This record gives sequence, structure tokens and C-alpha cells, in this order.
Amino acid sequence: MSENDRHHPQQNHFCPAETMSEDEDPCRPSPPPPPPPPEPVSKKTRNCAAVHPSPHSDRVLEIVLEHVLQFLTVRRDRNAASLVCKSWYRTEALTRSDVFIGNCYSVSPARVTTRFPRVRSVVIKGRPRFADFNLMPQNWGAHFGPWVATMGKAYPLLERVYLKRMSLTDRDLCLLADSFTKFKDLVLVCCEGFGTSGLAAVASKCRQLRVLDLSDTEVLYDGVDWISCFPEGETCLESLIFDCVECPINFEALESLVVRSPALKKLRLNREVSIGQLYRLVVRAPSLTHLGTGAFGHPEPQDPNDQEMDYGSAFSACKSLVCLSGFREVMPEYLPAIHSICTNLMSLNLSYANIGVEQFKLLIQHCCRLQVLWVLDSVCDEGLQAVAATCRDLRELRVFPLNAQEDVEGPVSEVGLQAISEGCPKLESILYFCQRMTNAAVVAMSNNCPDLVVFRLCIMGRHQPDHITGAPMDEGFGAIVMNCKKLTRLAISGLLTDRAFAYIGRYGKLVRTLSVAFAGDSDTGLKYVLEGCPKLQKLEIRDSPFGDAALLSGLHHYYNMRFLWMSTCQLSQRGCEEVARALPRLAVELLSYEENEEMDNETVDVLYMYRSLQGPRDDAPQFVRIL
Amino acid sequence: MEGSRKGAVDMLAGDELSLGLPGGDGAKLDFVRTGGKRGFSETEVDLKLDLNGKESSSVEKVRPADPAKPPPAKAQVVGWPPVRSYRKNVIANNNKNSSGQDQAGEKGGLSGATSSLTFVKVSMDGAPYLRKIELKMYKTYKELSDALGKMFGSFTTGNYEAHQGMIDFMNENKLKDLLNRSDYVSTYEDKDGDWMLVGDVPWEMFIASCKRLRIMKGSEAIGLAPRAMEKCKGRG
Repeated sequence: MSENDRHHPQQNHFCPAETMSEDEDPCRPSPPPPPPPPEPVSKKTRNCAAVHPSPHSDRVLEIVLEHVLQFLTVRRDRNAASLVCKSWYRTEALTRSDVFIGNCYSVSPARVTTRFPRVRSVVIKGRPRFADFNLMPQNWGAHFGPWVATMGKAYPLLERVYLKRMSLTDRDLCLLADSFTKFKDLVLVCCEGFGTSGLAAVASKCRQLRVLDLSDTEVLYDGVDWISCFPEGETCLESLIFDCVECPINFEALESLVVRSPALKKLRLNREVSIGQLYRLVVRAPSLTHLGTGAFGHPEPQDPNDQEMDYGSAFSACKSLVCLSGFREVMPEYLPAIHSICTNLMSLNLSYANIGVEQFKLLIQHCCRLQVLWVLDSVCDEGLQAVAATCRDLRELRVFPLNAQEDVEGPVSEVGLQAISEGCPKLESILYFCQRMTNAAVVAMSNNCPDLVVFRLCIMGRHQPDHITGAPMDEGFGAIVMNCKKLTRLAISGLLTDRAFAYIGRYGKLVRTLSVAFAGDSDTGLKYVLEGCPKLQKLEIRDSPFGDAALLSGLHHYYNMRFLWMSTCQLSQRGCEEVARALPRLAVELLSYEENEEMDNETVDVLYMYRSLQGPRDDAPQFVRIL
Repeated sequence: MEGSRKGAVDMLAGDELSLGLPGGDGAKLDFVRTGGKRGFSETEVDLKLDLNGKESSSVEKVRPADPAKPPPAKAQVVGWPPVRSYRKNVIANNNKNSSGQDQAGEKGGLSGATSSLTFVKVSMDGAPYLRKIELKMYKTYKELSDALGKMFGSFTTGNYEAHQGMIDFMNENKLKDLLNRSDYVSTYEDKDGDWMLVGDVPWEMFIASCKRLRIMKGSEAIGLAPRAMEKCKGRG
């Protein structure tokens, strides 16, 4: 696997790799960065050294510093370097080529381009994660428009744009394609607002396009055949990911594109591509490393007189394939075709495939090198036991619900979790949806999997206790924070009292991201966390009984956080106003679920707050009130 | 409530929290169900207490639901369980034996991902007040124009020409003819803030991008050009 695919538990393996998730923004308000020095019209320019025979000693140091700083790639190191003194600040700013904006409203585009004039790669994140679950009213913001407008002028040599949870229009994409002549990588994760016209603009104008990745991104079909818009002749494409794009694809154009893209390594097709079409692509691109199979079935019943393709040998010719996904409309009778490549697989995503236990077991028994597995719970506890028996190297597991409802029978339970914990000791990241769970199994996992970095358990019934003992799930989650010393991300569920939060505050010293839903008894719970978790960056809470007193107990920490989200809790406007008064560099947004209604003076539907250098944003819709 | 919690708080004040697993070391804590405390979301609390008989005040051994008599379904809560609509839709589609090809609007993430309601205001030139409609209630342009006709019919004696479907926008003459014939046509403002003729884009795209509707005189609408001809036109 290439360096980009080196497993990192915080990366979403089936979304394109982003740079390490360091939670340091370049422009944190606290401590405030030294203001950029007024632009000098001084003799101390770069060319100075060439003109004068013996450069001023300060300049020598600066030149040396520039060269040395090129080697600093990690964001946190760069931020630290920039705080040493003005000279280091300036030099670091000149040499920073990758900028990470964890919250698009924390800083204005102009400020970024002023401080960092030579940027080649930009990562911008917008909406908070709970927006994915319809907890945030539509049209809240996170527009790419202002960014592309500013960067279009400031960064003509920009090569890479990575956006997550942003809104962008066709116009934005046209502007991007027009502004950046050397543009190479476009990665859009959980974005929306544009259509196939926008994609067509990028495809046709970005001649050096290497990466076009759309993951979990909504693309409107406006009739434009964007696949045909790639230029004639060889392309530089290395990665083409469009498995989420719900629109018909001109297959001939796609085939032609694949044929003339010799560098193509990653190809993820949407479900419009049938297995027959997949076959044609695979035989033309046997050196793929990452493949999304599209439908892996076909919509029309096959004529029995048609010769069945030899899918098996087509796939077995793909010796480099390490990452397999897709199966969007899978016909299980075709699954044996991939058995031969299973031994090479490091990642397998079956989370859109409703396949049963037996078929799954036949498949998974070959996957001895697997490190990342995403499945549906249709594989049952028995399927998970098979995983535990075979995949000793498993690092990441995600089990999604076939039937995402409460109060239904669930096919996976504590049995599967226990089995995984026993069979996969190297587990680092788990997301597990289930209908019933026990503390004992969670404790077992905390003991058997000490390398856990991400633990996300979703017991789908709200307030569900341990289904054998009837106790709250406090002890299980307590064991996780106590025993998993590397834990940085935690999502809790089930019946939980303040005691669970006490555990988190006491032991969760490295926790950066915490998701809470329908949990806790009183303000004390939230206080434990805000007072006890110094590394907390992202806190998202819904439907939990935390009020103003709890909110105010975190004042010492909010400047260190990326954001706090609290929806349908027990906050009042007065409490939020007090926070806004105490912390002027915090943007405190109150969102209302009732459109166009006067906000009730007391209750707060949604509090979303985040540090910001730019003051209240000017694009907030009517249902947002910024204190 | 505070009284019963005292044990927990004392434990926390001191040293290591020991995990009080049933049958294990550590003090056995009383877990008193404090269902009544959770007053913040009335609906769910009421439902839970009423429908699940086992949710009594103190903890008992909870038996799994008797398969012969599944408990009545709870009201579904927005955004719970936290699974993205797109994923739910794809899986739901997979479950229909792919023979059943798609009801309009159900295929894919278009309608699913924007599953919250979006009301749009509808105004008509010359009418004294606005109306609000929920676009997702309609499946086709015909349904929409029928509804609009009913809503605003009383304000006009003229000819309200309803578009039966997509306009043939490639034929400009046909378009002009339509506009000249009708007294009123429907127009809408899209996400970019442009005013467009209703009917020139596929229905799904329309409901996703329509912000507001305006019924105007046909003669005034002549200046509006179909979207596909405008967007990214002339940009090579």
C-alpha cells in the first residue's frame, strides 16, 4: 500500500485520506498569535543576499530557517514554530504550503491568504457532524464561494482542495477550474449544492487533474454528461471516486477514460454500473489498488443463453487490489468471483450489501490479511465470530444496521462484540450499531483491545440498559476510558447516568471527540467532562438534561475547542448570553427548528459555538441568532 | 434524587473509581430509574413509560421482549439512530428485489438526504397575499401546477397555462410562443438566486433547488432563459 493508505484509525478509510487530524488551527485566538508585522518595504528581501556579497547575519538565519522549516510538515509543529518569535512567525508563514481550516467560520479567507501567501493545498471543514442526521436546519451555511473567490486570486498555483461538509455551487466549481491552472486534487466529503455541470467544468478544464473524489457527497443530476468532458488523450488521473453520485453514467465514455488513464489506481463506481460493465473496466485496468464495484449485479434478468462472463479470472488478474468496496445492488451469486483476491485485501467495505451469514462466512474465511472491515449487521453475531476467527490483524471494524430503527430485533449483540474483542486484539477503531448490549462485553473489549483509539457504540434503543443485568451502561464505558489508554474518540449510548460521565472525566484524558445522546441525569454529568478532559476538542450532545450551570462550567476550556454542539438540552438563552459575554472570541449561535418563528425567550433548540477570529458571520440564515 | 446519588458522589470524591460490576468488586450502587427527571423531551419519556411495562422504578432483570408479542413501536426521533439518510436509502433500495425499479423520488439520495421539509413561498403578481407550499408533496410538475391553479385561480380571469412537464427548452420559438399565449407563467428562484422558468429542469432537481415561486405575467417572463443554456455557458 502506498503511504497515503497507511492505516490510521482516525482516517475514514473509505473516504479519501486527509492529513493527520491534528486539532490545532493556524489562527487560534488563545493565545493570540503575534499580529503579522506590517509589510516592510525594506532592504531585507530574499534578493538581498544575492546582491550583497556578505549578507546581514539576520538574513542568513532567516534563509537557513526557511530551508529548515520546509521539513516541518506536521501542523502542530508548524504552529509551535510560528510562536517562537516574529521572525519565525513570518518565515513559517512563507513556507507553509498546506493549510488546514477545521471550521470554515473560525477565520476569514482573507486572513488566511494574507498570512500564508504560498499555499498549495487547502483543507476546509464546514458543518458539524450532527448536521448529517438532519439535526441542523437546511441552508445553515458553510459556503465554499467566499473561499474560492479569495483563493482564486491569492493562490493561482493551488493544487489541492479538500472539503468536508461544505456547500458549493456549480459556479464555485467553474471558478475553481478557471482560477487554478495547475489544479490536481479535488476531494469532496459530505458536500452538496452542485450538480453534474460543476463536475463537467472541473473535468474539462483541469488538465492536470489527478484526483477527483466524491464521497458521501450529493450531486444533482442536471443532465450534463460529465464523464465525457474529460479531455481527449492521456489523462493524469490516479483516483476517480464517484460511488455516491446518483446519476446515470455514460459507460462508453467511462470505459474510454479508464483506458486512457494509465496512472489510475483508485476507481469507485456508482451503482449505475452493472457487473457486466464492471467486468469490462476491470480487464482494462488490472493494476487498480482500490476498487468500488458499483452495483455488482445487474438490473435486467440475464438471458440464459448469454455466456456468463468469467468474473473470477477477471478479478484474480487484479493482483494489486487491496481495497474493495461497492456492492451497491449486490447479487450474492456473484460473490465467489472475488474469493481469489480476498487474501490480498486489506480493506473490505460491504456496508451496502445485504448478504446473509453463510455467504459472508464463505467470503471472510479468505480474508486473513484484512485490517479494515465495514459490514451490515445482516452478517449476524455468527458472521462476526467468523471475522474474529480469521481476521487476526483487524484494526478497524464498522457494523451498520440494516434496519435503522428502535424496537426491532437486532441480529448483532454483545455476542459479536465479545467475539471480536477476543479474536482481534489489534483493534484500534470500532463503530458498532446494535439493539442490545451488556457491560460485560464492553469491559471485555476494554481489556482485550488495549490499542483502541476510537470506540463508538450505538445501542439503538434510547436509554437501553444492559439487557441481562438491567444496569446502566456506565460500567462498560467506564472500563473503556480506564483501560484504553490511547482513546481519543468516544461515542456513548444506552442508559447512562452521571456516573458514566464521571468516569470519562476522570480517565478520558486524551479524549478529543465525544458524542453524547440521550444520556446523563443532571448538570453534574457534563461538568465532569468539561472539567476533566483537557484535550476535548469536539463535543456534540443531543437530548440530554444539561443546562446553563453545566454550560458555564466549561468557560475555561471553550477557546481550546473546535466546537460545542448541544441540541434539545436544557439550555436557556440567558445562559448562552452569559457565555457569549464572558468569551468575546466565541461565536455563539442559537439555531431554531421552527422556521420563521420568533425564538422562544427561554428554550434553546440548538446551541452551536466555536472560536472565531472573524466575528459573527454575515451569511447566517434567519433561523440563526448569533449572540 | 440527591440522596440516592450520595454513594456515587462520595466514591468519586476519593480515590480510584472502581468498576462496580454486578458480582464483582466495588460497592453495589443502587440504580434508581430517574425516568421522571427527563422532562425535556416529553413525548419520548411518556411513550417509554407507557409502552414498556418493564420500565418501573427500580431495576429488575430485564427479559428480552417476548417474541410472540413485540412491544409497540416508538415514535421515531429525528436523526436517531445516527445513520445518514443516504445510507438508509441505498440499503432500502437494495432490499426491494431490484426488479422493482424505482418510484420517483425514492431512488438514491436526492430525496433522502434532504428529508426535512422545505416550504416555499408562492406569490402571484396582483394577488393580495402569499401562500406557502411544501414542494415534496408533489411528484410531478403537473401536480404542482394543478395545485397552484387551484390556489390562485380566483385571482385571475386570464389564461393560466400550466406546464404539463418539462419545457422543450431547446426550441426558443416554442418557448416564446408559450409565453405569449399564457397570461401567467410560473417562475422560481433557485439556490444561486437566479429566476428561472418552472419546468426546465428535471423534477428532482427542481425541488432541491427551488427557494421560492412567483407566478408572473407571461410577457414579463420572456427574459428568463432555461438553466442549462445559462449555467457554465460559454466557459469553454
